Amino acid sequence: MAVLQMQRISVTGLKKDRKPVLELIQRRGVIEITDSLEEDVVFHKNDVSTGKSVLEKNTAAAKDALQILESYSEEKQGLLSMLNGRTELSTEDYNAFSPKHDEIIRIAKRIVSLEKEVAENNAEILKLEAQIEMLSPWIPLDIPMNFKGTKYTASFIGVLPQAQTLESIYEKLAEQTPLNVDIISTSDEQTCVFILCARENGDSVSEILRSMGFSHPNTIYEKAPQEQLEILENLIEQSKERIRKAKEEIISYQKDGDDIRFLFDYDTMRAEKYEVISRILQSKKVFMLTGFIPNKEAESLSEELNQQFDISVELENPSEEDDVPVLLHNNGFSSPLEGIIESYSLPGKTDIDPTTAMSFFYYFLFGLMLSDAGYGAIIAGACAFGLIKFKGKLEYSMKQSLKMYLFGGISTIFWGVMFGSYFGNIVDAVSGTFFGNTLTIPPLWFFPVNQPMRMLAFSMLIGIIHLITGLFLKFYMSIKQKEYAVAIYDVLFWIIIVLSSVVVAVSTSMVKDLLGLTFEIPAIISTIAGYLAVASAIGIILTNGRDSKNPVLRVFKGLYALYGITSYLSDILSYSRLLALGLATGIIATVINQMASMVGGFGIIGILLFIVIEIFGHGLNLAINALGTYVHTNRLQYVEFFGKFFEGGGRVFKPFMGHTKYYKFKEKTNNG
Amino acid sequence: MDNLGIVLAALGAAFAALMAGMGSSNGVGTAGMAAAGVTTEDPSKFAKVLILQALPGTQGIYGLLIAFITLSQIGILGGDSNISVAKGCLYLAACLPMGLVGYFSGKHQGRASVASIGIVAKRPEQFGKAMVFPAMVETYAILALLVSILMITSIGGLNI
Repeated sequence: MAVLQMQRISVTGLKKDRKPVLELIQRRGVIEITDSLEEDVVFHKNDVSTGKSVLEKNTAAAKDALQILESYSEEKQGLLSMLNGRTELSTEDYNAFSPKHDEIIRIAKRIVSLEKEVAENNAEILKLEAQIEMLSPWIPLDIPMNFKGTKYTASFIGVLPQAQTLESIYEKLAEQTPLNVDIISTSDEQTCVFILCARENGDSVSEILRSMGFSHPNTIYEKAPQEQLEILENLIEQSKERIRKAKEEIISYQKDGDDIRFLFDYDTMRAEKYEVISRILQSKKVFMLTGFIPNKEAESLSEELNQQFDISVELENPSEEDDVPVLLHNNGFSSPLEGIIESYSLPGKTDIDPTTAMSFFYYFLFGLMLSDAGYGAIIAGACAFGLIKFKGKLEYSMKQSLKMYLFGGISTIFWGVMFGSYFGNIVDAVSGTFFGNTLTIPPLWFFPVNQPMRMLAFSMLIGIIHLITGLFLKFYMSIKQKEYAVAIYDVLFWIIIVLSSVVVAVSTSMVKDLLGLTFEIPAIISTIAGYLAVASAIGIILTNGRDSKNPVLRVFKGLYALYGITSYLSDILSYSRLLALGLATGIIATVINQMASMVGGFGIIGILLFIVIEIFGHGLNLAINALGTYVHTNRLQYVEFFGKFFEGGGRVFKPFMGHTKYYKFKEKTNNG
Repeated sequence: MDNLGIVLAALGAAFAALMAGMGSSNGVGTAGMAAAGVTTEDPSKFAKVLILQALPGTQGIYGLLIAFITLSQIGILGGDSNISVAKGCLYLAACLPMGLVGYFSGKHQGRASVASIGIVAKRPEQFGKAMVFPAMVETYAILALLVSILMITSIGGLNI
């Protein structure tokens, strides 16, 4: 309904009360803190960055710990659980937490370090497994791999390229007897050998082996391979055991999940409080804070503060220069669209809150573009289910979106009934395919597919009403600002010229034939409209260039302004998307029904296929058209409607409150 | 040459589906690359960038729509498929706006979507505005769709 009136509030209290006062204000979440006061000799701002960074580290640890706990948790969150909002807790619960605080931080940090241990041990296992892999060709060797020979023998343990047979090796080393060659293992790439020869032949054997491509193993252990294997396997077992224990301990902390979530919120709130503390002025004994508070909250908050503390609360109306933040307040029907306004821009200083005016058009246009009773029922039903099932638990923003789609869905049902569209023509399809005689639900008004020109005329009529409403809002705003020249020259003239041009246009036979209009406009009215159009056009030419002193320039500027009538033409034509998107939904739904009917005639399988095609097809059509409808409803509001009157540029009201994730500690829930 | 009428009309239907589909796949593809990049950096923006990616997809659907009403009007999906050459030419002409505008608007809407995905990457709270830029391009696809629909549905009644 309106932009809420704000008041400047300044609170001055004793420093010993600082913590409880700030906590109370934070829980109420109705004051936006500003730092408009300057530091002086007595009052200073405190630097709290160290305290804040400790808290931020805590929340980071809590966040990591929660992620880890979640990855170990067996219970999966259902899709619908995202509708569950934050749990509400009382002030007592909040205060009861502080003795537990440090213990929970310890647990959170412990969980993080345990997870690190798991990761380290997993890496260790991978490393050990790679070593086993390297060792595996050497397993049959029963002496340590670093064995170099005895007093009279020399030993060579290593790898020859490619697969070699015992004969081929003996052949090459034939002259070096006495000699023993053992092949430990062979593969396509390499042959692992153990060669023992007389010590005096060692050098020549080494020479021959090198010419054969002999190389020593990459890693050499002091133990025999079999023993080494056991050691490695043992180490893997130990690592696995450590992982198991760590995981067990993590799982044992599963019960502390709620406390860790609480810790996250608790320290998030404290960090936000520190942020505020850094912005308020403090002397040795006193602190001062200033900010904006909505009018309707001001009295009760200052009363509450005065009751509990020795404190001075001053309220005053903001001055002209103040950059007052904007908070919208609307009834249940319009308030879901505040988000749409906010994502465009909040009302600036001279603007009125457009939410109420927009809400009627928004739901109306949404329904008109989707215009199918079946789809509307699905959207409205799903939203109503969410709203009822999770009543009281929904977050404010989620509740608002559900409400917005609920109203949009209801409007869609309405237009679907008007235009006789129920999942396209599903009744025709089902009755024609399975029962042999085609039934049709007649539309309450008309089938747009059969009379597209009629629908086009209707769409443009809606457009004209929408645009003129926008102009009237501009008129109202200008009167309120006492800018009567703007109201008459820039708005009223345009309203007259648009309306009279439309009347003149629809009384010409060309437009009438084109749109298939049947009504007759009395000649006298169209003549009057003609004169009005000319008069207002002359008015626009004479006045719209009034910034210039030079009379010639003035007329030219006025002519140029009159040329702006083309933008009204394109604005009105832009509403033809109501027809196009409405037809798109209906015709695609009909295509789906037709495809389903093609296969529907073949017994049981046909019926099953029919159902599958219907569900899949309509699901897809609903998704893509709901998206298109949402986007284009927004576009018509933003570009065509807001373009006529809305300036925007307001600053969002950002109250000092706890931006918690899991719990809320507020005493009242009025926004965010 | 008696059947030339229906050949021309079917050609038109194919043209609408082809060109508009090509435009959309180009647009959705380009936007998809940008969306994937943003999702790599911040997976929580997935839903928002997905919506922006889907916006240039409508042209393909409009093309399908025009192809389908043409096919059902000329009786290829059952019914009388006896179309005069003049009518066949008219159907072909009626499919041109959707095909050509669908191609170019799909492509350019994709580029507007890429830019809007950039907005969401840097300032996710401006999603509402980001959505409007691609929607501006779509207007022309809608106008073309409208012209094509109006033409196709009125050709049947002509006596040529």
